[in-house]
Amino acid sequence: MPSYPKKRQGLAAMDGALVLMAVLLMVQMWLLTAALESLLAGYRDEALPAAIVSVVLTFICWGLYRLLRKADRSSR
Amino acid sequence: MSDSSSGEQPLWREEFSIQTNEEQYISRRQFGKFLMLTSVGMCAGNVWLLLRSRLESPPNYPALSLGNEAALPVGGVRLFQYPTESDPCLLLHPDEETFVAYSQKCTHLSCAVFYSDETKEIECPCHNGAFSVKTGEVLKGPPPRPLPRIILENRQGELFAVGVDLQTKG
Repeated sequence: MPSYPKKRQGLAAMDGALVLMAVLLMVQMWLLTAALESLLAGYRDEALPAAIVSVVLTFICWGLYRLLRKADRSSR
Repeated sequence: MSDSSSGEQPLWREEFSIQTNEEQYISRRQFGKFLMLTSVGMCAGNVWLLLRSRLESPPNYPALSLGNEAALPVGGVRLFQYPTESDPCLLLHPDEETFVAYSQKCTHLSCAVFYSDETKEIECPCHNGAFSVKTGEVLKGPPPRPLPRIILENRQGELFAVGVDLQTKG
């Protein structure tokens, strides 16, 4: 099995975390536009679940960001 | 002649201030920070929408006199503002017995709609949208929702606007 340098492994982990964060961000953008559209159309009840999911996604993003920083430090 | 020092890299590269590897790390970290902050911004936007939906009181619709019904002939149109001065509306008299009123803002991009006597439809000139005169439903074009309908009351021959039906719920 080939052994990869620690730096390359760290970069791959960081890239993975960045891609995941970008995907979560796209979901959050969709949530925001959908919630805004619903509110303008007179539906007020959709704002609560959208906000809850958005907060959860932000915490996941924060966790991934911490993981990214950890991978950065450990691969140096 | 060799320009390498004790390390693997040539001397010119060691002395050059930009380290490519370090730069890669920094850009990833910065991009991660950017994504994280954007995520916080999206979250703040959603929370703001939630607060707005909870704290905003339901709109108050005062009764507004639109004049005597006899003053508007069949096929006629009258412009008025309701419920505020910045909400232009159309009062229509499509046939003998019917008076209807709608918001004049197209539900697509808020262009001013108008009544076409030829097609008997409410049309939007910006993107060729059309709405039904009877119901305000979208007949063609890009508008996503029907026109908000102004609720009318006939008080002894005098028409009053008394509310707005957004026409978004079923």
